[in-house]
Amino acid sequence: MRRGGSARASETRSGWLFVSPVIIVLGLFLVAPIVIAFWVSVSDWNGRGSPLSSGVSFVGADNYRQLLTEDSLTRSDFATSLRNNFYYVLIVVPIQTVLALALALLLNQRRLKGLSFFRTSYYFPSVTSSVAIASVFLFLFAGGGSVNALLGIFGIDGPQWFADPRGVLHIMLGWVGIGGGADGAGPAALTSRDFLGLTWWDWLSGPSVAMLTIIALVIWVSAGGYMLLFLAGLQNISADVYEAASIDGASRWRTMRSITIPLLRPTLFTVLTLGLIGTWQVFDQVYIMSKGNPGKTTLTPAFLSYDQSINNGQWGSGTAMSFVLFAIIIVFTAIQSLILRDRDSSTRGFFGRLRSQPVGAPPQHPTSTTGPTT
Amino acid sequence: MSQTTLTDRHVSFPEPETPKAAPRPNARRTAILKALGYSALTVFALLYLFPFIIQIGTSFKTDPDATANPLNPIPSNFTTAAYQQLFQQDFGLWFTNSVVVALFVTAGRVFFDSLAGYALARLRFRGRGAVTLAIVVTLAVPGVVLLIPKFLIIKQLGMYDTYSGMILPLVADAAGVFIMKNFFESIPVSLEEAAKLDGAGVFRTFWSVVLPVAKPALITITIIAFQSSWNELPHFLVSRASPETNTLTTGVAGLLTGALGAGNRYPLKLAAAVLMTIPVALMFFVFQKRIISGSLEGAVKE
Repeated sequence: MRRGGSARASETRSGWLFVSPVIIVLGLFLVAPIVIAFWVSVSDWNGRGSPLSSGVSFVGADNYRQLLTEDSLTRSDFATSLRNNFYYVLIVVPIQTVLALALALLLNQRRLKGLSFFRTSYYFPSVTSSVAIASVFLFLFAGGGSVNALLGIFGIDGPQWFADPRGVLHIMLGWVGIGGGADGAGPAALTSRDFLGLTWWDWLSGPSVAMLTIIALVIWVSAGGYMLLFLAGLQNISADVYEAASIDGASRWRTMRSITIPLLRPTLFTVLTLGLIGTWQVFDQVYIMSKGNPGKTTLTPAFLSYDQSINNGQWGSGTAMSFVLFAIIIVFTAIQSLILRDRDSSTRGFFGRLRSQPVGAPPQHPTSTTGPTT
Repeated sequence: MSQTTLTDRHVSFPEPETPKAAPRPNARRTAILKALGYSALTVFALLYLFPFIIQIGTSFKTDPDATANPLNPIPSNFTTAAYQQLFQQDFGLWFTNSVVVALFVTAGRVFFDSLAGYALARLRFRGRGAVTLAIVVTLAVPGVVLLIPKFLIIKQLGMYDTYSGMILPLVADAAGVFIMKNFFESIPVSLEEAAKLDGAGVFRTFWSVVLPVAKPALITITIIAFQSSWNELPHFLVSRASPETNTLTTGVAGLLTGALGAGNRYPLKLAAAVLMTIPVALMFFVFQKRIISGSLEGAVKE
C-alpha cells in the first residue's frame, strides 16, 4: 500500500520532470511571445526599451482601428498585401493540390517499375532550403534567364518577370476592352470607389507578373510534399475494392471517379487545409526574392508585418497585422472545414492536421489526448 | 523478435500496392498505357530535376557564360572561381554557424522530445491529459504569426544576437513529441516492467531500456530536426542581426538580395545554393525511405 503510493508519487514527479523542458521551451518561445505581442498590439510601444516597462501605456484597439479604418499608407499597404496574398492562395492551393494528386496517381500505377526514382525527384525540393531554391528561381526567371530563353525558342518575348508589377487580371481585362490595360487607368466606375484604401479596380488586379514567379516556385516545391500524403492515402485503399470494381467491369476512369477520389476525401481535406494555412503564411520567398517589390505587388501580410515592425519601428501596427493574419487563417480554415467536412472522418485528428507543411514535420494524430488522470 | 518488426515497420516504405487484377486480354493496350505512364513520369522528372542541373552547371561557369547561355547547363569553360570567391567571403563562417546551430537543435530535440514523449505515453501522472492537450494546441499556431512575438521575447530575455537566442527557441517541438509518444505507445510494456522489477528508476528504465528500442523513431526525429534547423530562415532573421551570427540561410539570402553590389554574379549565388544543399541532400539520399515514411506516419494512421 505504502509502496504503491510512493511509486505513484515518484511517477508523478518524473512525469512532470520529463515534460518540463518541452513545456518551458514552448511556454517561453510560443505562449509568452503571443501574450507580449498581443500587449504590444494594444499599446503605444515605439520599439525603445522594453514593451513591459512602465512608460508604455494601453491604447485599446487604436492600432487595429488605424490599421483597418483610418486612411493611411499603412492601411493601403496592408490592403495591398491582403489582395496579393488572396490571389496567391487562390492560384497556388488548387494547382498544387491537383498537381500533387496527379503525381501521386502516376506513382501509384500498378505494372510500372522504378517508381522510387521518380518519387525521390518529385520530393527532393521539399527537403531543400527555401533560400537555395529561390536562388535557382531567381536565375531561371531573370530577364535573360532560362525561362525567357526557353520562351524565345518558341518566338515568345518573355517579360522582365521580377520587375513587372502589371496585374494579370488587369492585362486580361484590357484584352476585352475593360480599362486601359495594366498600364492605363481603370474604368471610372471602379476607380471611384474603394475598400480599405484600395480602389475596386486595384482589388481586381490579379496577381502581378512578378508574383507569378513566386507562385510557380511554391507550386513546384510543395506539390512533392503533398504528393506523399496522397500516396499514403492511395495505399490505404484496400485492393479488394479495386478487385470488386474490376469484377463489375468498371473502366479505369470510372474506378477513379467512383472509388479512388471519394476514398481520398480525408486526404484531400488534409492537403487543402495544410495548403490554405501554408499559403497565407508565405514569407521566405517574398523576403528572399522580392521584398514586396515591384510596386508592392508581392507584399504579403506576413512580410509586411515583419517589415513594418523590424524595419519601420511601427510595432503596434506590425503586431496588429500578425493578429489579423492569425484571424484570417483561422477563419479560412474554419470555413473550409465546414464546407469539406467529411461526415465519416472523425475530427480528433484536426489539430494534428493543422501542422504547417508536410516537409519535415509529419502531421501527427494524437490518438489518446485523454490519459487517465488519477 | 518484436524489435525487428518494429524496425521493419519504420524502415520499409512499401512500393505501391498492386491489386491483383486479372491479366487484361488486351496486351497492346497495356503496353501503350505503360509507355504513357513512363512518359508522364519522365516529363515531370525533367521538370523537377532540370532546375537542379542548371544550378550545378551554372555554378561552374563564368559570369558572362552564365548570362549568355542560361538554358545550357554545361559550362563552356569550366571554372571553380565561384566557389573560391565564396570562401573569400564569410561563407565558411556561415557554414560553421549553421552546423553549430543544427547540431545543438538536433541534440536538444532528440533528447527533450523523447523525454516528453515517453512521459506522455507511459508515465501516469496528474495533469498528463492537460499537458498533452496544451502541446496539441501549440501545433495549431501558424509559425509566421510568431515572428515578431519571438523577436520581442528574445530581446526581452537578453538573448538577441546570441547563439542561445538562435538555438533555445528551437530545441523542442510539439510534432517531435508526438512522433515519440506514438512510437512509445506502440512498444510492449513488458520490457519496462522487467526493468522495474529489477529495481531500475524511471529515468534509468527510459535511458537504458526504452530508448535503445526506439532507435527508428529517434533517427526519424534526428533527420527532421537537422533538416528543419538547417533550412530555417525566418527564426534567424528575428533572433540575430550581426554579420558574425549569420547562418547559411540568412547569409545566402543576403547574397541574393544584392548585398554584393555590381553584376548579377549568378555562378556565385548558385554555388552557394549548391553547397548549402549538399548536407541535406546527402542525408536525404541515405535515409530516403525513412524520411518518406516518417513524413507519412501521421497520415498513414488515419
